Amino acid sequence: MSIENNILVKLNNVGFKQNQKWLVQGVSLQVEKGKIVTLIGPNGSGKSTTAKIALGLFKNIEGQVEKFTNNIGYVPQKISIDWTLPLRVRDFMLLTDNLTEDVIDEALSLTGVINLKDKSLGNLSGGEFQRVLLARAISKKPELLVLDEPVQGVDFTGEIALYELIKEISEKLNCGILLISHDLHTVMSATDHVVCLNGHVCCSGSPKEVAKNNKYKALFGEQAAQTLSIYEHKHDHVHSSDGDIKKN
Amino acid sequence: MFDDFFIRALVAGIGIAFVAGPLGCFVVWRRLSYFGDTLAHSALLGVTIAYSLEFNIAVSIFLISSAIALILIQLQKKTNLPSDALLGLLAHSSLAVGLVVIGFLTFIRFDIMGLLFGDILAVNKRDLITIWVGGALILLVLRLIWKPLFASTVNYELAQAEGLNPDRAKAIFTILLAAIIAISIKLVGVLLITGMLIIPTAMARNLSDNPRKMVIFAIIGGLLSVFIGLFSSLEFNTPSGPSIIAAALVLFIFSLLKVKQTIQLKN
Repeated sequence: MSIENNILVKLNNVGFKQNQKWLVQGVSLQVEKGKIVTLIGPNGSGKSTTAKIALGLFKNIEGQVEKFTNNIGYVPQKISIDWTLPLRVRDFMLLTDNLTEDVIDEALSLTGVINLKDKSLGNLSGGEFQRVLLARAISKKPELLVLDEPVQGVDFTGEIALYELIKEISEKLNCGILLISHDLHTVMSATDHVVCLNGHVCCSGSPKEVAKNNKYKALFGEQAAQTLSIYEHKHDHVHSSDGDIKKN
Repeated sequence: MFDDFFIRALVAGIGIAFVAGPLGCFVVWRRLSYFGDTLAHSALLGVTIAYSLEFNIAVSIFLISSAIALILIQLQKKTNLPSDALLGLLAHSSLAVGLVVIGFLTFIRFDIMGLLFGDILAVNKRDLITIWVGGALILLVLRLIWKPLFASTVNYELAQAEGLNPDRAKAIFTILLAAIIAISIKLVGVLLITGMLIIPTAMARNLSDNPRKMVIFAIIGGLLSVFIGLFSSLEFNTPSGPSIIAAALVLFIFSLLKVKQTIQLKN
């Protein structure tokens, strides 16, 4: 790990081309210890591709990726478990690492799905499955977490709670998080730096700066920007998972 | 005690069942049953080469099957044909070439039925050593690559992202498949080896809710199939391979009853 500046992964002008078509191009960003970087952008804007470049999943990329850690937790956007493979939540937790029962229980409790430990993965609802995916990714106490739409299928209150949890995890584990989300306003309170993508970096900065940026407004529409500011205005406090209210 | 041909066949079958269970699970999970068929069919070519060059049969089969696997990977990269067409191409052409070569080797007496369907009388003491030593090696290597292989079976990108090496595990697994085909060909035969890999596994799937259980049940299913199959082969004078596979099928049908029960319980 790069000691002077706490950088965990650094993308330098990266791009990836598939079938002669650029999926994403000219992206530079870095994730530091204890910081949350959020990628937003419309469908097909290259968010997942950028995350996969950061993870080193593609060969033949343009630009450079510097990784300073190997302890990585990943929540992919799509994952389908084949029926032929019988898998319980507890088996899934052990997928890439050998963890003790205590560590597994702790992670499952954090995301609120400890009761599902002996359930078959195929029988979970979409929201439950996302919570299990998140629990698995955090259980090994990673230095870098890459979360690709980690709350898809989770209801709205659950969504806010999970983002709060993600924020908490980044503080507790002091890990860096690369988060992908399709809407800025739900991740607003839980992010330090936003990169807005549309095949390239459209704009980036703090959540507030991005929301005010004209390019962001052009991409998501005036209304999205306004919703965001209303949201921001309303919420000068955060809810912890047990319902307590903390002033910011 | 190994002087009795039936004991030899039984000991060989037990060894094969222990290896086929875990490997068969991965064949089913990774949807490789047609790939297994292709390797097995190419084994016949390996047998003919072994006979004409007076070379060790198991080693020859292992080398030919591995070569076919490599050719398949190259064809997948360089042609636009879908994988199943390429597999069919390799499976049938290597089987055909193998049989044609046998036709030319008139100076050697081949038991073609035995090669295709297994021969209970063919297992000698050296084969037992090949099966048990080879089998132990296969299981040991599988144990070593279990984590990356299993993780990438569930999700390739997740395994790679979290620092495991799925490509290496996949390549090694292909070699292990070639190896089990090489050691089990005499007893089960070219055409039915894949059945030994997938039918006990399919039965095990019906009875298990987690991967470990499925592997254990697949081994038990394989052992039972070998026992029942070989005893009936002896009793009714049928070829050993089909008898073992038919026994596995009966076990699979019984396992369906359990599935039916579970579904009824759920409703």
